[in-house]
Amino acid sequence: MRQSHFLTVCMLPLAIFTLAFLAIPIGRLILASGESDAGWAIYLRILQTPRYLSTLMQTVVVSLAVTVAALAISTTAGLYLVRNRFTGRNVLLSILTLPLAFPGVVVGFMIILLGGRQGLVNQILPGHWVFAYSITGLFLGYLYFSIPRVLLTVMAAAEKIDPALEEAAKTLGAPAHRIVLDVLLPALAPALIAAGAIAFATAMGAFGTAFTLATDIDVLPMVIYTEFTLSANIAMASALSVVLGLVTWVLLLIARNMSGATIAAGG
Amino acid sequence: MTRSIPLIVTLLACAFLLIPIIQSVLAGLTVSYFRGLSSGLTLKWVGQVWELYSGSIFLSIGLALACLVVTLILGVPAAYALARNPGRASRVLEEFISLPLAIPGLALALALLQLYGGWSDFRTSWLFILVGHVLYTLPFMVRSVLSVLAAIDLKSLEEGAATLGAGPARRFIDIVVPNAMPGILAGALTVVTLSIGEFNLTWMLHTPLLKTLPVGLADSYASMRLEVASAYTLVFFVMIVPLLMAMQWASARAQRIMQ
Repeated sequence: MRQSHFLTVCMLPLAIFTLAFLAIPIGRLILASGESDAGWAIYLRILQTPRYLSTLMQTVVVSLAVTVAALAISTTAGLYLVRNRFTGRNVLLSILTLPLAFPGVVVGFMIILLGGRQGLVNQILPGHWVFAYSITGLFLGYLYFSIPRVLLTVMAAAEKIDPALEEAAKTLGAPAHRIVLDVLLPALAPALIAAGAIAFATAMGAFGTAFTLATDIDVLPMVIYTEFTLSANIAMASALSVVLGLVTWVLLLIARNMSGATIAAGG
Repeated sequence: MTRSIPLIVTLLACAFLLIPIIQSVLAGLTVSYFRGLSSGLTLKWVGQVWELYSGSIFLSIGLALACLVVTLILGVPAAYALARNPGRASRVLEEFISLPLAIPGLALALALLQLYGGWSDFRTSWLFILVGHVLYTLPFMVRSVLSVLAAIDLKSLEEGAATLGAGPARRFIDIVVPNAMPGILAGALTVVTLSIGEFNLTWMLHTPLLKTLPVGLADSYASMRLEVASAYTLVFFVMIVPLLMAMQWASARAQRIMQ
């Protein structure tokens, strides 16, 4: 068998699987979104229906807030852990990366344990704070699974920064905050863009956490789910899925072109 | 004072992530969550979880292993072909199979349901869930193998073997696979870990007779008492944490080889 034939044989199983279970289903989903009475104007209808539009806005706002918070916390902790060696450092690092493979439902449960009716906060301060089922709970849940993802990206990038740059800034008399602003953050910028994009995309599409927590909060994945299962409004569920998929995919693509890093969402 | 702020942020973040985990472990092992540790420790709830959900746990393990086999068969040869043909077409293809990393699982599940939902033999079989898991984990396998293969001089190694008379298939088995092994291992652990925890696609694809571990978790959170839900979460931690640690060890090892 010739080399080129062998390579074709190597590609074939993946190509068939991808065509059958990714390309054609996505094509079908896009077609299905245009099959209601509204036709392709269904995408216009999303923008004209206050419920869909406000859900879309709410999802974007929560995801943005989570992205900013996760970047701030993970960059602070990540830089601290890269630049300091001390006993217990590895323990802290393990704790911070532990939730990496937790499914969204488990993260939702973690938030219920913190802020639910029988949660820790409500036990310490009874009657004051039950936040698990509100937008605050959702924000904290998304933050919970974003911190490890952002942290790993930031730390990988921070370890590659040449310490000589910082030394030079120090000998030139730069105070600590100027070193962070002028040396560290510019060097970290590509990693922060990449990590921020993952955090945002993951939050936009997070279904498990919202499913566990969102009894009365509308975020896009929950609305898609109810449109599909309860209302059987398949065209609208499809159209909203296309919008959600397109937004996250384009965003990750832009972030990757800006940062040059290979990144992965999930969860 | 300002110097200690990063440490405080780090510790607060750790507390935020760790405290509910500890709470869950304790709640799963105490006789009564409301009365706390003073009510005593018990394995009753874990036993109850085992009675109720052992089927889900075994289904998840079986699915994860099947998913591993399929991603190995589909992913490793394809990564090799992509590594030998680095060009625009390969980049586009890699981008395309990576779509499930960007597109939310819910959207992918809807797409699969609409195309295959009417084919009831397939819809009600565990293979339907398997397809979802393979879609989601395949890019991790391909990328992991591809990045290791891209770091070694595959061409010279293969040319050497070819002059000694080894055919393409022989070279793949004797040269490519052993050299790619760190990437295959890291990819394999990632695939198994992610498959065991997968919920977003699985919730839409599962049938009442085919509940995976995370689907069972969602079910127990909604309908069981807190101790049972916590005990089930504890079982999940016991399964996933060693896998997660092995996964991080293997990808660190693969990274070192790439450098």
